[in-house]
Amino acid sequence: MAPRTLVLGIGNVLWADEGFGVRCVERLAGLWSFGPEVQLLDGGTQGLYLLHHVQDAQALIVFDAVDYGLAPGTLKVVEGDEVPAFMGAKKMSLHQTGFQEVLAAAQLTGRHPETVVLIGCQPEELEDYGGGLRAPVAAQIPAALDVALAWLRQLGHDPRAEAMPEKARADALAAPALRMDAYEGGRPSAEAACRIGDERFLPSQAPHPALKATA
Amino acid sequence: MNMTPNGFDLDASGRRIVVDPVTRIEGHMRCEVNVDDQGVIRNAVSTGTMWRGLEVILKGRDPRDAWAFTERICGVCTGTHALTSVRAVEDALGITIPDNANSIRNLMQLALEIHDHVVHFYHLHALDWVNPVNALKADPKATSELQQRVGPNHPMSSPGYFRDVQNRLKKFVDSGQLGIFANGYWSNPAYRLPPEADLMATTHYLEALDLQKEIVKIHTIFGGKNPHPNWLVGGVPCPINVHSTGAVGAINMTQLNHVGSIIDQTYDFVQNVYIPDVIAIGSFYKTWLYGGGLSGQAVMAYGDIPEHANDFSPGQLHLPRGAIINGNLNEVHDVDVRDPEQVQEFVDHSWYEYAETGRGLHPWDGETSPKYELGPNAKGTRTSIEEIDEAAKYSWIKAPRWRGHAMEVGPLARYVVGYAQGHEDIKGQVDGLLRALDLPFEAIFSTLGRTAARALESEYCGRLQKHFLQKLIANIRNGDESTANIAKWDPSTWPKEARGVGMTEAPRGALGHWIKVKDGRIENYQCVVPTTWNGSPRDAQGNIGAFEASLMNTKMERPEEPVEILRTLHSFDPCLACSTHVMSPEGQELTTVKVR
Repeated sequence: MAPRTLVLGIGNVLWADEGFGVRCVERLAGLWSFGPEVQLLDGGTQGLYLLHHVQDAQALIVFDAVDYGLAPGTLKVVEGDEVPAFMGAKKMSLHQTGFQEVLAAAQLTGRHPETVVLIGCQPEELEDYGGGLRAPVAAQIPAALDVALAWLRQLGHDPRAEAMPEKARADALAAPALRMDAYEGGRPSAEAACRIGDERFLPSQAPHPALKATA
Repeated sequence: MNMTPNGFDLDASGRRIVVDPVTRIEGHMRCEVNVDDQGVIRNAVSTGTMWRGLEVILKGRDPRDAWAFTERICGVCTGTHALTSVRAVEDALGITIPDNANSIRNLMQLALEIHDHVVHFYHLHALDWVNPVNALKADPKATSELQQRVGPNHPMSSPGYFRDVQNRLKKFVDSGQLGIFANGYWSNPAYRLPPEADLMATTHYLEALDLQKEIVKIHTIFGGKNPHPNWLVGGVPCPINVHSTGAVGAINMTQLNHVGSIIDQTYDFVQNVYIPDVIAIGSFYKTWLYGGGLSGQAVMAYGDIPEHANDFSPGQLHLPRGAIINGNLNEVHDVDVRDPEQVQEFVDHSWYEYAETGRGLHPWDGETSPKYELGPNAKGTRTSIEEIDEAAKYSWIKAPRWRGHAMEVGPLARYVVGYAQGHEDIKGQVDGLLRALDLPFEAIFSTLGRTAARALESEYCGRLQKHFLQKLIANIRNGDESTANIAKWDPSTWPKEARGVGMTEAPRGALGHWIKVKDGRIENYQCVVPTTWNGSPRDAQGNIGAFEASLMNTKMERPEEPVEILRTLHSFDPCLACSTHVMSPEGQELTTVKVR
């Protein structure tokens, strides 16, 4: 029998490419259906709230935006013991610290998935609060899904090419207002809502005109 | 030397220690302190280093969706933002909720409160007091005796049990992936527990991991899923049906009984493990009563957990509302978050500008227009600050003030307000704790007091959970199964323009969302979160904020290993993540630790 498998997307959808992992799970649920032994989950930035989901899984596939120091939009897959190190190497956000701890806590309790796969994408932009995925990152979603589907098949699952029923999607995914189309389509204009981050995190760029340069 | 109006003697002449961020989800924080040649903190500067634009991205959205966005601000207190948001929208549009929805929301909010406190204590804060590496030296038999002495009603207390945990811990430490226990200063004399207490507390760390996942099942049952439970303007999204026929997926008696058993299990843990642990740990740190900051002089709570639906009057709130200023506990002022003279945000030391300088703005009239500039005495560059100039603008956090006063918010603030009001449960708990530790009342104004207030509040919240579950079941048995009021769901029923405010007591303190609705859409949205109060920078008068005040006069054992700074900042359960870089006088980085 195929192992109980958790397909988890983590990250903050409000931080541009940080939403990569969550959007992957959303797309997967929109195109594919699975047997009851596969659980899809939008984990957001929830840290320890995710522990029991991870403990209950025999195999874990995680989508996430990871700073590998590679070109934006590069997809990289890491397995097993290497995963925590990659998630902590260059921490971009709290969820990575949090998720590293979730994996460690699962280890410590002696209940943890045997197979762990991290499908990570190098982000282009994080400092666009309220923004969506950048083109090179969004373009990697199909490839990331292919990797996940190959893993799922290898684990003995049988993905069917049809969208998950809406009820199952509601359990797995974000509220409708936060799903990719509604979220990105409903965004206020740049004039109405400033789109930049703290200047210190954008050292390569000239000061944004909205920040009145004085120094 | 420079005396602030709120009574702190600042001296920035000593060695500077810099606290700086790496993460960015919930807000960053940087902290700088000056220590004198005795290692005592004589100046403290707290900087929020992130420009956060949640308020602006909500512009033009449907107010009924705002909760889903605000739920994503934070990785920890998702539900409490969602609840605050639906309350703000309901207030603006004049929507009342049914009694059952009030009980269910309270059950969810109380579960979140207890979950956050347990996780904070065991998984984030305990390592500031407990040394898990030292636990490897413990004698399991002596640990068992200690357990039976401090928590006699806890069944898991045999020597074999502790030996087992010790072996697991040893295996984990030997594997080299210290993970959760990395970044500790395990040889620092600031750690005072004997190995047996360290082993007992580390064992409970593991037990709490198992418990916390039970607590959140209350969110799964009422909110449909977890993480990210569902919320609804007008009530709660779960229908109730306790009859054998009817809606599938509705809340039934089996689920309500499940909620009851989770509540009982949690309550037992809090009574038999959490509170005894706080007392046991506290007994070794009785002489470490630093960190009081503003807690003895200026605290505020908005109050929460209304007994009756739609009634937020102070007498009807189970978590108290009120403000104390100038250290006068004989007078508790009521807090009116609508009054433009009470809650105001100032930006004199924040990287924003107002159309009119020097003024404070009420959140309904809030302006968020960035102005990033460093003071003349700052060191480093605009993109890489080595040292802040706190005489100028120095934070992305605004400075909220209550009638001009810098305030501490959070569990200790709630407990000080409740105590001053003579709240029976709170007073009984606080007096009992102080008796157990043989400490005077003033001892609660401390880092340890903040930590203890959280444990006591978890017990009190457990009692409230039992109350609201009974109330919910009784109301259902009386035939009322209503959970939502959808009479004003359609925007055509709304006024053309409206404004409202939602308040909650988040685990880490008073939380408010202020909303303006125009033509069915959000026109303005302002969140003033607890960490804005606690982490606020100085104001025009020079009053320092709660984080800053709490670090003052703390003696550091080894300034290059800032255990004490971590301990006190952690005691606020700050809703942000940051890292500490300790700089040597030559400017090389000595070490990095994380503050969360």
